[in-house]
Amino acid sequence: MYELEKNNDNTMTLNMGPHHPSTHGVLRFILEMDGEIILSVKPDVGYLHRSIEKIGERVTYPAFMPYTDRVDYVAAANCNVGYALAVEKLMGIETPERAQYLRVIVSELNRIISHLLMTGVLAMDLGAYTPFLHAVREREKINDIFEILCGARLTYNLATIGGMPFDIKETTIRKCLEILEGLKKFLKEFDDLVTNNAIFISRLANIGVIDKETAKAFMLSGPNLRAAGAHWDLRKNETYFLYDRFKFDIAVGSGKAGTLGDSYDRFSVRMKEIETSISILEQAFKSLPSGEVQAKLPKTLKPPKGEVYVRTESARGELGYYIISDGTAKASRIKIRTGSFAAISILDKIGRGLMLSDLVAFMASLDLIAPEIDR
Amino acid sequence: MEKRDHIETREEYRTKENEVQEWSAYQKLSDNVLFTSLDKILNLGRANSLWYLLFGTACCAIELMQTGGPRADLDRFGSVFRPTPRQCDLIIIAGTVTLKMASRIKILYDQMPEPKYVISMGSCANCGGLFDLGYSVLRGIDKVIPVDVYVPGCPPRPEALTEGLLVLQQKVKNEKFLVKEKKSI
Ligand code: SF4
Repeated sequence: MYELEKNNDNTMTLNMGPHHPSTHGVLRFILEMDGEIILSVKPDVGYLHRSIEKIGERVTYPAFMPYTDRVDYVAAANCNVGYALAVEKLMGIETPERAQYLRVIVSELNRIISHLLMTGVLAMDLGAYTPFLHAVREREKINDIFEILCGARLTYNLATIGGMPFDIKETTIRKCLEILEGLKKFLKEFDDLVTNNAIFISRLANIGVIDKETAKAFMLSGPNLRAAGAHWDLRKNETYFLYDRFKFDIAVGSGKAGTLGDSYDRFSVRMKEIETSISILEQAFKSLPSGEVQAKLPKTLKPPKGEVYVRTESARGELGYYIISDGTAKASRIKIRTGSFAAISILDKIGRGLMLSDLVAFMASLDLIAPEIDR
Repeated sequence: MEKRDHIETREEYRTKENEVQEWSAYQKLSDNVLFTSLDKILNLGRANSLWYLLFGTACCAIELMQTGGPRADLDRFGSVFRPTPRQCDLIIIAGTVTLKMASRIKILYDQMPEPKYVISMGSCANCGGLFDLGYSVLRGIDKVIPVDVYVPGCPPRPEALTEGLLVLQQKVKNEKFLVKEKKSI
């Protein structure tokens, strides 16, 4: 365990977690406090270490797909397609166009429900329970779509190497578009209820300001980095799948409630990203090409010797798979790089000097999730 | 709990008077008609207000949250979440329990007041599930704390968890609360 230095006699050590409603799963923080003011934050990780990377060395390439769901269960589809992309790049497989479109569709749908959960939970951590219920209500509708597509609500296992195991029907597309229309209305409602709420703004504005340089220094990625004002989105800057065919803007922080890069910015970037995802989905449904969804593959997959690093933009930032192959049916090493792990390292630097209740808001705005940290 | 015969109890009362005097009031009156009915009323109340701990370890926790959400709505069965174990009757182990977490769950369980119940949700909590291959996962929460209801699935649907809760309610209703023996751990 940690040895804590006592700054003076008045400090107090406070344990937060592993069972704490606002640590989003099983994280533990050892806080050194002076009254209400935080002097240092030490994260203690590993309560959800499920040895996913090690298991990757013991199962075949396609059999690892269900485990990628569990890397980030709130955005499981993004993890699935990221892994499929990595193995395809390793083996040099061309994925059919329609499958790539389907992957864009499931990634964006999943991004929406992930951000919805984050915004609901953020409001819940600040003490408002109703927005959470509203967000979960909308989330259930998109869960239904996933259920039609692949049969699961949460852990989808919805990509195969070389394509997708299902095709999307006309009726599903129509249902999807209906839900997206409803979602737009919901976002307006949510804006009135939460986004423009004076209490909500004052709890988040100017709290936990991360400027652009610090964010880059700590390797933040995804919405947390964009909220600091950086124009960096892997969907645009390092196009994968067929994201270059869609028109969308990168949502960046504006600092409209306080300072650029504060907790409110991180929240509003995610709200904007939901809108971006809706527009990408609408474009994708309009231009969905016909054709196969699965490439022809040999029965056992044996990638050639070599290594590959593929990163995609997940809901929590950069999700990278580093795979070393030794020419057999099982990987020799799989390393997963996640956004939450980078984000937890910044807690100590920014958390110092905050009040305890502000730390909760700051943590929720970073959108940490335990399995991404521990894996 | 074995059922005691009314007459036998009285005989015992006459022959072993000293022993009987040491019995608690509950045990002496356990076969009384009045107390059987009281049991039923108390059980009805207990079964319909099983408050659960707001606690989840992994993916199943998201389904647990959605079960408490507006569609599945556990509230209509009288189950609401509480953030502290001291106010809970029920702990739902939702998700993978790692070896590091197991001892902490035992502490949480010990902090809950009696009578307490456990629902094990998902394959991971039941038996290790998908992570049976791993090196850091506890294969079944029943190795640490006693489990009343197992809900299979990875993750179980909200409907499945609701069913699990209803089964537990049945169990609670059939218990003899006033003459209950202490659960062995
Ligand atoms: S049973 Fe499945 S969904 Fe539940 S915690 Fe385990 S892996 Fe996750």
